[in-house]
Amino acid sequence: MKITKAQVEHVANLARLSLTDEEKESMTKDMEMILEFADQINAYEIKDVNATANVMPINNVFREDVVIPSMDREKLIGNAASTANGCFSVPKVVE
Amino acid sequence: MAYKDYEIVIGLEVHSELKTKTKIFCGCTTEFGGEPNTHCCPVCTGMPGALPVLNGKVVDYAIKAGLATNCKINQVSKQDRKNYFYPDSPKAYQTSQFDLPLCYEGFVDIDLDGETKRVGITRIHIEEDAGKLNHEVNGTLVDYNRCGIPLIEIVTEPDIRSAKEVRAFLMKLRTLLLYTDVSDCRMNEGSLRCDVNVSVRKYGEEELGTRTEMKNINSFNFAVKAAEYEAKRQIKLIESGGTVTQETRRWDEAKGVTISMRSKEEAHDYRYFPAPDLMPIVTSDEKIEELRSSIPELPEVRLLRYTNEDGLSEYDAKLIVASPHLSNYFDEACKQTKNKKAVANLIISEVFGRLNEDEKEEGIIPIHSTNLGKLANLLDTGIISSSIAKNIFATMWETDKNPENIVKDEGLAQISDDSELRLMALEVIANNEKPVQDYIEGKDAAIQSLMGQMMKLTKGKANPKMVIDMLKGILDERK
Amino acid sequence: MKSVAELAKQLKAKEISSVEVARDYLKRISEVDNLVEAYLLVNEDRVLEAAQAVDAKRMAGETLSMLAGVPISIKDNICTDGVRTTCASKMLENFVPPYDATVISKIKKNDMIMLGKLNMDEFAMGSSTENSAFKITKNPWNLNYVPGGSSGGSAAAVAALMTPLALGSDTGGSIRQPASYCGVVGLKPTYGRVSRYGLIAFASSLDQIGPLANSVEDVALALNVIGGHDQLDSTSAPVGMEDFTENLDNDIKGKRIGLPKEFFGEGISDEVKEAVLNAAKEYEKLGAIVEEVSFDLSNLSLPAYYLISSAEASSNLARYDGIKYGYRTENFDSLLALYKNTRDEGFGKEVKRRIMLGTYALSSGYYDAYYKKAQQVRTLIMEEFNELFKTYDALLTPTSPTTAFGIGAKTDNPVEMYLTDICTVPINIAGVPAISLNCGFDSKGLPIGMQLIGKAFDESTILNLAYQYEQYATYEKRNITIG
Repeated sequence: MKITKAQVEHVANLARLSLTDEEKESMTKDMEMILEFADQINAYEIKDVNATANVMPINNVFREDVVIPSMDREKLIGNAASTANGCFSVPKVVE
Repeated sequence: MAYKDYEIVIGLEVHSELKTKTKIFCGCTTEFGGEPNTHCCPVCTGMPGALPVLNGKVVDYAIKAGLATNCKINQVSKQDRKNYFYPDSPKAYQTSQFDLPLCYEGFVDIDLDGETKRVGITRIHIEEDAGKLNHEVNGTLVDYNRCGIPLIEIVTEPDIRSAKEVRAFLMKLRTLLLYTDVSDCRMNEGSLRCDVNVSVRKYGEEELGTRTEMKNINSFNFAVKAAEYEAKRQIKLIESGGTVTQETRRWDEAKGVTISMRSKEEAHDYRYFPAPDLMPIVTSDEKIEELRSSIPELPEVRLLRYTNEDGLSEYDAKLIVASPHLSNYFDEACKQTKNKKAVANLIISEVFGRLNEDEKEEGIIPIHSTNLGKLANLLDTGIISSSIAKNIFATMWETDKNPENIVKDEGLAQISDDSELRLMALEVIANNEKPVQDYIEGKDAAIQSLMGQMMKLTKGKANPKMVIDMLKGILDERK
Repeated sequence: MKSVAELAKQLKAKEISSVEVARDYLKRISEVDNLVEAYLLVNEDRVLEAAQAVDAKRMAGETLSMLAGVPISIKDNICTDGVRTTCASKMLENFVPPYDATVISKIKKNDMIMLGKLNMDEFAMGSSTENSAFKITKNPWNLNYVPGGSSGGSAAAVAALMTPLALGSDTGGSIRQPASYCGVVGLKPTYGRVSRYGLIAFASSLDQIGPLANSVEDVALALNVIGGHDQLDSTSAPVGMEDFTENLDNDIKGKRIGLPKEFFGEGISDEVKEAVLNAAKEYEKLGAIVEEVSFDLSNLSLPAYYLISSAEASSNLARYDGIKYGYRTENFDSLLALYKNTRDEGFGKEVKRRIMLGTYALSSGYYDAYYKKAQQVRTLIMEEFNELFKTYDALLTPTSPTTAFGIGAKTDNPVEMYLTDICTVPINIAGVPAISLNCGFDSKGLPIGMQLIGKAFDESTILNLAYQYEQYATYEKRNITIG
């Protein structure tokens, strides 16, 4: 399965990964290899089979609408690299 | 400018927060406000290892909204991940519904100056709300309190044809959501938001024009203005030889225009796939019926009842039906009297004037419905006159006293005794020569002055109809 | 070397104290872990504090759980409140979870002693533990060889006797394959048997936490502690718990064991084949009926696995953006740069490969061909197992096509590395339970593992079969010397 550098760049962008040119090269090769391997699936004809997203055969797993105390804010944001005024801080987002 | 040659095609996507006590996937409170990030936990902030568990009430409320909008219910439904990166989305995906929404193919009828128009509802699905971004000078601050609050997204068919219809639809939808009690629809708190999709085409054209999207509008007025402006903008553009670009725009209230939001519009590839941490939602016929019967009588039905059975004018009925609290109040009050019109009149003429819009909608009336009903009954049975009623009302507004007691305590019962009135009428006639004379000479209007004197004499308690008849009766004989 | 069962007994009888046991293991760790490098974190003070607390409780006459005072070590992708959890990734190098995974809560409730956090392949992606951002764990049987992965640290620590019990996670074989490379017992329970709440997600529909130990009984004891329905995990099975040690010593006469021929063909090393087939003969001697069967979809399992797991992983790992926790790049001038550079610098090569593959498989235009197709293959694989389990109580296969390979031997070719999972991934796709245990050694002195596969929620049967082999079969047992 041939994959172009442009496709690799597009996928990298979707995944928010910035790859160096070298990484793009090796990633293209790797992906081709992996996709060739994955293409075995395509060669196999499957008709009228349901797709299974999860093996658990249960439905309607619900919780009650009862309030549980939230986590202490210090604990919650304690792992963030940058916070201010109790909020997580990011570069200015232009909307 | 050939505006009239163009048909405006509008579709709406309305996001409504559901009024559950807790968020969609965790037990954090949905209370509005609160210090940033104090209504959060590992689940709603997307911490490594945290997992979602669906709040059952969310499903119930979504189905109720679907039933109230005449939707079909997908008895097998599931949730899907919508993947995209944005700081307000801590997991970098939003759990929503893709191909099996809970509700689909419904409709809402709107009233346009007496004509009914049907707006199709394509689907209603459940999803989680994102956090809030607060833009500061040097950066943006992220607050996840709102993250995980349950939403329903209601998508209409592109059936709307004018800004006026936008307003009518949004108001009707909002009323329905209030009636089903699934959302408090407080736009100022962000619990109701709207995306407006607009395109135009020449009348007769079958294909839809390119559409633009105005997202996250949180006021009906803005939605209406944005739709109107955008339609004009597109028509102008096309007329001048240009083409409409498919893009997201935002409504700038200050400038009164829509502004393009993307310089390089990148089509989102959300890579939807079934949420592997969540199990399917299977709804039985019994459950649907249970939910259906828990929905109170909806406004359209009430409107018919009020106009056909209770003798209200359509105008008055519409005012009362506008809010479920008001309508319920009315129904409660009506238990006290046969004359429901009298109840309606009291509400419209006396109550409304004393309330602001929010209080009106929430039915925050300091007079208990029973007491208001009793007052209407006192009026209807002639025990008090309408002017006395006004005074009693004013007292009740301050004290919420039972009007029957007020009448008793203050001796306000209407005087309807024939002989008692006759005595007083004769006294008034005797003391008011000029108006008597005027009347006898043919100036009918003079009777009003005599009426006034009677009312003064009886402190407003005389039965006005009896008084008029009596005075006329006495004076006509003297003509 | 004491087993968990023995330790538990002695602790209960107050023949030894929890502090003594903890000290012994801490000593062992200090002696050999510089060679094996299984641990990412050992906090001596915390360990001794915990051990003292348990001893105090016992002295005070409190009734304690069966495994109270027994040490256990945890794979570093399981969240431990207040204790650094890294997933062996730069991305979470300094992440301190503010909550315990459910299995950790259970371990604490049972008064077990957590010795430390164990090395693994980054974000559980890998088959050799060479993808760890911090260190390479060595196979205790030969330090030039890999311990397997992704729970390499767990298997190595148990094999090197640095801990009597370890928790690992298994998405495509990550407990069983390292267990087989290190000659220990490793169990992947049925999907849904053990809560995933607090397990840092790799592939949500495949991940399961499971125990590794030096004996089948120990693994069963551990399952008793960590298994059970959890309200915090929607995929947790609403089934009751049983005592998994109850049926270990049941007679296995008449039990039917299938040998899927596709797992004994080309690609499986001769030595491994021989050892497992010998084990099959031992089962016959013990009275079981062993028959060759066919598992037609074996060649599709691996591609289906990689597509499903990578797709889910690409979504599960999207949250690592430097904003709420974890690594953040210093090199950014915009939000986009923050995302891209954080993720580029924080993730290792294999993780990036899987994210790319997964993103691609879900992307517009490719969803049907890749992701959807793989999910259909899943349905077929589940049906195939169901069919086989109508007749057979268990299936027997090699755990991995080969024994451990040299460090650095497979790192150039990702597909070659993936092929080491060929015997284990079908199990994850179907969600059934499987156990790996030692059945011999190869000419290099490296352990050979065999795998018993059971039907859903029937851990009891495979534990029973494993135990009978372990106790009564004839096979080579060796003691380990490190270095």
